[in-house]
Amino acid sequence: MDQIPIFTLGEVLLVSIQVDLEDQLAMRLQEDLSERIVATGARAVIIDISALDIVDSFIGRMLSTIASISRVLDAETVVVGMRPAVAITLVELGLSLKGVRTALTVEHGLRMLNGTPSLALGGPREAGYGDGDGYGDADSTGDSPAPDAGSRAALPRPVSD
Amino acid sequence: MALADSGGDVEALPITADEDVVRVRQLVRSRAVAAKLSLIDQTKLVTAASELARNTLVHGGGGRAEVSTVTNGRRNGIRVHFADDGPGIADLDLAMTDGYTSGTGMGLGLSGARRLVDEFDIDTGPGAGTRVTVTKWSR
Ligand SMILES: Nc1ncnc2c1ncn2[C@@H]1O[C@H](COP(=O)(O)OP(=O)(O)OP(=O)(O)O)[C@@H](O)[C@H]1O
Ligand SMILES: [Mg+2]
Repeated sequence: MDQIPIFTLGEVLLVSIQVDLEDQLAMRLQEDLSERIVATGARAVIIDISALDIVDSFIGRMLSTIASISRVLDAETVVVGMRPAVAITLVELGLSLKGVRTALTVEHGLRMLNGTPSLALGGPREAGYGDGDGYGDADSTGDSPAPDAGSRAALPRPVSD
Repeated sequence: MALADSGGDVEALPITADEDVVRVRQLVRSRAVAAKLSLIDQTKLVTAASELARNTLVHGGGGRAEVSTVTNGRRNGIRVHFADDGPGIADLDLAMTDGYTSGTGMGLGLSGARRLVDEFDIDTGPGAGTRVTVTKWSR
């Protein structure tokens, strides 16, 4: 694979990283995402890293850079699905993921975005609130098929082994 | 360290391109799983190895990694050795400082990798290349 697919969910771009990221691929994603934000006028980017078994300084820097670029392009970035062991390691490594918002799952990420006053994603605001399941909200905007990434980003396992 | 004994199952990988960094991560992961390191210890070791492999590639101009299973009689561990014939590091204290980078990185690779492992040895000098050896023991 030489490119990471980017899905459009209404005004949200969804990226689900499913491969062991080579540095070149990470750089490419940064560029592809910036172009897609501008081309689609997306207001938010959700990056699902639930399949990543490590985040090192290079990948961490990529996530921070994507968040900075999208902010300049008037879009919010939320990184979702970080595994507990990855989070523990990241902190010990000394990475702070400056400026990166995080949520446990894609659904939480969407809800977080819907709670951001400047963003009204997914049509009427009630659609993003209230029902509490986090589902349906994205569907209601819906022309493009939602990838199954949401279900992959299930609640992280406990940290003990 | 003196008690540690290499099991004679050393696997070596060249580090000359991006994809080699990924290969090193995958090899270290599978050996760490086989040595029954906990998930968190696996993750810490693989992350440290990723940092050191990238340093070997980017700063050392390429080199190699050797992964071995070691034992001290009571516990198993995974040892990863990195070696390059690059420019070496003139000021090691500075290079080991959180946030110091001679390039465009975040300067967390060396200092962070040391925090993530149980044993960390580095042998380097101007014009002498760089050799880094890290070990993570099962608990
Ligand atoms: N194998 C090596 N050969 C020569 N110099 C090295 C080597 N490894 C590290 N260094 C030097 O030590 C510095 C610190 O390394 P470190 O990995 O901490 O940071 P970085 O690689 O610059 O950034 P980061 O790893 O956070 O992306 C490097 O900038 C480089 O000058
Ligand atoms: Mg480094």
